[in-house]
Amino acid sequence: MPSTYTPIATTTASGSSSNVTFSSVPSTYTDIVMVISCRSTVSATTTQAILVLNGDSGSSSYSRTVLKGDGSSASSYRESNYSQMYFIDDIPGASATSNYFSQSNVQFQNYSNTTTNKTLLARNTAPNHNTEAIVGLWRSTSAINSISVSAVSGNWASGSTFTLYGVKSA
Amino acid sequence: MLNTLAGIIASSGGAAAGGSYESISTVTLTGTQSSVSFSGIPSTYQHLQVRVSGNATGTGGGFPDLLVQFNSDTTFTNYASHTLGGDGSSAYANASVSSSSFTGGYVGDFRDSTTAVSPTAKVIDLLDYANTNKNTTVRTLSGWDANGSGQLRFVSALWMNTAAISSMTFVIRNGTNNIASGSTFALYGIKG
Repeated sequence: MPSTYTPIATTTASGSSSNVTFSSVPSTYTDIVMVISCRSTVSATTTQAILVLNGDSGSSSYSRTVLKGDGSSASSYRESNYSQMYFIDDIPGASATSNYFSQSNVQFQNYSNTTTNKTLLARNTAPNHNTEAIVGLWRSTSAINSISVSAVSGNWASGSTFTLYGVKSA
Repeated sequence: MLNTLAGIIASSGGAAAGGSYESISTVTLTGTQSSVSFSGIPSTYQHLQVRVSGNATGTGGGFPDLLVQFNSDTTFTNYASHTLGGDGSSAYANASVSSSSFTGGYVGDFRDSTTAVSPTAKVIDLLDYANTNKNTTVRTLSGWDANGSGQLRFVSALWMNTAAISSMTFVIRNGTNNIASGSTFALYGIKG
């Protein structure tokens, strides 16, 4: 059986940039998976992370449904017609406990097809804070060829890692 | 839970080192089908993962349930499931245990083709699927969003049988909708 789950690219933040971009994503896989361990330099306890696909940040083409548990209650909410995708709701900032990093695993299935809009599934954990899942929609039938990931506030803290994997079906 | 670092990373979404995550079989529908099956599943892996992207047929705005039947077992008393879900307004929890219409393990809903270009995505994990000392537990993360509606579900399903899984069949529970053309079901094996 063919082996798959291939690392495509990886970046480790130095603390001086608020953005990480995977560009020229090859179209040869079936799915791509983005795995992130992150923290922000913002002078706050928490901030959010957003992503933009193929540079599309002005067309209000993003929407999402969220399920979250914070240790006290479970909640669900929705946002529509956004100009970027909020895909992690809680990233530790500089005011959070040292060495706290949020983890995110984002699935982009059938990402290179040109027939359907693109669905993403994110599973996130914010240390000592909450756990959540997000399903997002990018209303575009374009193949995904770039993913730009940013902290809403601050830069990506040194040690934040971003890795993109390709999964190819037989 | 998993006995290799590579397996843990692969099951949670990271890279599997040294070729331990393998593609076994893929079904991409070129027309509507009432079911999708994988048979002759080798017992040589530690875990299985099924990755799904697709829709049910129909344009009524529904999202019927998708079930998985193991080794041709359609006896509803052999299946149970528990769900934690969110619909964009509230979180909810429910369960089905020996429910007559659940003739397989529940693996989340499947958005119909009302908004034909908004596919449902699923990642379905079957850990220790070939172990004959364990009943089979299935872990699913499933979701779809249609810009104003959507569903997210964490599902745990149980097959009360210790047989190794050699086949699985995915069907729509209501018997009315089918699986739409273009839907993809991809089966992967993770070595231990």
